[in-house]
Amino acid sequence: MTAPYVFDRATVTARRKRAAALGAPTFLIERIADDLADRLQAVLRTFARAVDLGSPGDAMARVLAESARVADVITTAPWLEPRENGGTVSVVADEEMLPFADGALDLVVSGLSLQAVNDLPGTFAQVRRALKPDGLFLAALLGGATLTELRQSFALAEEECEGGVSPRVAPFADVRDIGALLQRAGFALPVTDLDNVTVRYSSPIALMQDLRAMGATNPLAERRRTPLKRATLMRALEIYAEKFSDADGRVRATVEIVWLSGWAPHESQQKPLAPGSATHRLADALGTKEIPLGEKADPRRR
Amino acid sequence: MTSPTTRAAGPVDPKLLEILVCPLTKGPLEYDAERQELISRGAKLAYPIRDGIPIMLVDEARRLG
Repeated sequence: MTAPYVFDRATVTARRKRAAALGAPTFLIERIADDLADRLQAVLRTFARAVDLGSPGDAMARVLAESARVADVITTAPWLEPRENGGTVSVVADEEMLPFADGALDLVVSGLSLQAVNDLPGTFAQVRRALKPDGLFLAALLGGATLTELRQSFALAEEECEGGVSPRVAPFADVRDIGALLQRAGFALPVTDLDNVTVRYSSPIALMQDLRAMGATNPLAERRRTPLKRATLMRALEIYAEKFSDADGRVRATVEIVWLSGWAPHESQQKPLAPGSATHRLADALGTKEIPLGEKADPRRR
Repeated sequence: MTSPTTRAAGPVDPKLLEILVCPLTKGPLEYDAERQELISRGAKLAYPIRDGIPIMLVDEARRLG
């Protein structure tokens, strides 16, 4: 089965490249990097070899380098940034096609790069293979509710002005789906949690400028290739300001950060007991009468 | 490889070479020091090393005859 082709990966890379060259706003990745530091601190073990998988900027790699829990750090990016621009990349790689040998890594982290991957199950499976037993995968990506205000405003405006809707805002994975995918990729003890951030802007245009600066404008393969009509854009901005502004006139934008973690399986990890290995009866614990298998519970029989 | 703020110029980090495989086949790579390439016999591709950084992208690799 081939993965759905949702994201135009060449466009994703080109936009991120431009953003890096122009100096993108870093408040989201810095928030994630701070969180990463706390999360690593809470893990009571050390990691000999860690990879930062395609996170924008060097905030994540810096946390790894400064962490007492991590020894060697390898950073990947989807393109080679010149050293004079402060490039810190040690290997250029595509998140959809990892170049790491089986069991080579102890820790893989990633911030804000995996939401633009077409084949998330494939990437998860490759990360899992590249990890040693008891290796940790810790990542943050944008989830389902991200930019919901912008999505709704564009949908309404396009419906009104053009009689149809085209994809303007990327589909983001649902947090529950991500948990299921981790499990399917063979990770033990998979955990996901949400960090909901509301960012407030002076106007919807300010939000769009920020998105552009972050290299986060529409990378969808199915995006409408004709330029956005001025009337549609103006209507979308109007709807946004009408529906999603606060009393002080500033507008809200939702950013849902999904954190995920999973471990490459190892015998030291907690796991369910084998069936039939129980030493106490459930019925005793519940203070009830046990009904043997094969007999139906009959409310009339005492 | 230890710190993201200092990057060794010139030759590629041997510790990094040890763990790299072909992203397409996940097979082994041969290091061609003279041409600064990592060769995947399985995929018939040669991945370039620029500035000491392996470029592990299929689109950037040289096809071997």
